[in-house]
Amino acid sequence: MRHTITILVENEFGVLTRIAGLFSARGYNIETLNVAPTLDETVSRLTLVTYGDEKIIEQIKKQLNKLIPVIKVEDISYTVHLERGMLMVKAIDAGDLREKAEQAGANIIDHEAGNYFIAEFAGTPEALDGFLASVDDEYVIESTRTGPVGMRRGSKGFVV
Amino acid sequence: MQMTGAEIFVECLKREGVEVIFGYPGGAVLPIYDAIFQQSHFKHILVRHEQAALHAANGYARVSGKCGVSLVTSGPGATNAITGLADSNADSIPNVCFTGQVPLAMIGTDAFQEADIIGITRSATKHNFLVKDVKDLAMTIRQAFHIATTGRPGSVVVDIPKDLGFAKCEFVWPEEVNMRSYQPKTAGHSGQIKKAIKAMLAAKRPMLYSGGGIMNAQGSASLLKTLAHQLNAPVTNTLMGLGGIPYDDSHFVGMLGMHGTYEANMAVSHCDLLVSIGARFDDRVTGRLDAFAPDAKIIHIDVDPTSISKNVDVDLPIVGDVGIVLQQMLDELSHQGGVPDVEALKLWWQQIDEWRAKDSLGFEQSNEGPIKPQTVIRKVHDITNGDAIVTTDVGQHQMWAAQHYGFKKPHKFLTSGGLGTMGYGLPAAVGAAMAFPDEPIVVFTGDASIQMCIQELATAYQYRQKIVVVLLNNAYMGMVRQWQEMFHESRFSHSYFDSLPDFAKLAEAYGGVGITVDTLDELDKALEVAFGSQESFVFIDIAVAKEENVFPMVPAGAALNEMVLA
Repeated sequence: MRHTITILVENEFGVLTRIAGLFSARGYNIETLNVAPTLDETVSRLTLVTYGDEKIIEQIKKQLNKLIPVIKVEDISYTVHLERGMLMVKAIDAGDLREKAEQAGANIIDHEAGNYFIAEFAGTPEALDGFLASVDDEYVIESTRTGPVGMRRGSKGFVV
Repeated sequence: MQMTGAEIFVECLKREGVEVIFGYPGGAVLPIYDAIFQQSHFKHILVRHEQAALHAANGYARVSGKCGVSLVTSGPGATNAITGLADSNADSIPNVCFTGQVPLAMIGTDAFQEADIIGITRSATKHNFLVKDVKDLAMTIRQAFHIATTGRPGSVVVDIPKDLGFAKCEFVWPEEVNMRSYQPKTAGHSGQIKKAIKAMLAAKRPMLYSGGGIMNAQGSASLLKTLAHQLNAPVTNTLMGLGGIPYDDSHFVGMLGMHGTYEANMAVSHCDLLVSIGARFDDRVTGRLDAFAPDAKIIHIDVDPTSISKNVDVDLPIVGDVGIVLQQMLDELSHQGGVPDVEALKLWWQQIDEWRAKDSLGFEQSNEGPIKPQTVIRKVHDITNGDAIVTTDVGQHQMWAAQHYGFKKPHKFLTSGGLGTMGYGLPAAVGAAMAFPDEPIVVFTGDASIQMCIQELATAYQYRQKIVVVLLNNAYMGMVRQWQEMFHESRFSHSYFDSLPDFAKLAEAYGGVGITVDTLDELDKALEVAFGSQESFVFIDIAVAKEENVFPMVPAGAALNEMVLA
């Protein structure tokens, strides 16, 4: 089962390696991982998507908490929450491809008529999948996407 | 006051109450060694290999209850220390290791004796630090000791670039360590403790199973004994937990697990309540998981939440320091005022006594025949009155020591349980001798293990430590040979030594007393010499029955009640 885990860590060097190393050492999977400092620059926030049964997820949460620079861990999968990721696609500017991308909700952030364009698309992981699927493979030059970032709905915040 | 990094290092160790450190100098730590030369607050013990520095610090920590401290140089000095770091971390022993690093500006340039020690030691330690600014040194040292000694203890590395030793700053001693991301829990949840006591009083076949947590929580051994007697429950110990309850206590049923006693393993397999106290359900303890304590409700007290429900699903977890939780339990027990089920417990003890009657540790020693290794262990127990500090290496001799020595108190049995490090025993004894120079200290070892850190005889001699090395020499890697005999149709692949040194001569060459023993008479005489008044270490090389196996044995993958008895 897919789990989205949000983590607050001390913003110090090597934290990301500790987290990635924990997953590889114990044979857990990381599907995606996003990390950036928060408004409080001493703290970084991560959103990590992983797969595993309940027992494994429980261990993952405990093992994450055991890492010294980890301040807080929350599995938001079971709460009412929102996830958003971002995608950039560079495609050949042919036919009505660019119009279609715009109609699907993408922003065209660069283009050279008749040559190529770059579309930017943000949304839920499923929406990103859907958008990618809608673009004909043979016109795609390259694409890149982030894993989702996420937070719970409601007025309560996940902060230090 | 302005101080150099090296002076700050010395000052911080002094303020942490450090009395002895174990180390080996080298280029990157020369500034620190220069400061050590000019101080008298703590002793420095010069080992002969960095791995031994870590094991010695580990041995010192276990017997003294303090934090082990070691100092090694960059590159190979630090990589040599890694086995000791992993060993201490696996066995939850507080051990802070300072490693030299190449100067800041040279980090990342593949400089001479440069190694990425933070990267390499990440998974072998509880935590590690690279100090990049001399102003951070004092706080980092404070945090290192705090992390190593609290919660589930472990090893911590502090990597110090060489130039920080010379750099100066104003010394500020951090009075407090307060880390928002690290706040280990100490007291157990009171609701859970209430439930646990209820379950203990209701149990018809209760069983207490204690481990190394009893060693780490000072004073908890007496609480364990009180609880066992109040509940009238049998107690088994893990390898790490031996001495948690006296070996001759009426409620002790011996060690459990792969080479545990028949009664301990049968009791675990048949109990209806298993209370784990500072133990972590290691695979050597549980045997096949789906057959482990199949009828039992399981209560697990542990300071480390990750240990709970990792291998075995637990019904009632209690996160906390076992010393505090045991006291909470005793308080709750007297508060609830209930009594255990007397009739049920009578039947339970009858059953246990039947299992005990199997005498699963029994062995036969003929007067003429080869010396049985078990005989040696028991004779050493007798001559030391069971009061010695005992260290071991890893293998058959380790299991025989665990089964046959008989420990009266905690902090007397020093063995590498989790990592299973051959070479641990001798340096651990060197460390223990720094805490208790006048107590008998015995190293039980094998002809394979001893050769992994035998250079430490030089350290033992340098500090005139009266360590007694008892070598059970069967010319085999005994445990490897045993497994090959039992599970690989006696194909003894590379487990036999064709050329062993003359250990007695070797011991003499290192400055100690060396004795070779072939007969029981010689054994008695040698032990008298060894535990008489000696000026240095004594090394007894004892030819033991070559093909003796350790029993009982739960074969890997078998259930605890599927023991091979002989």
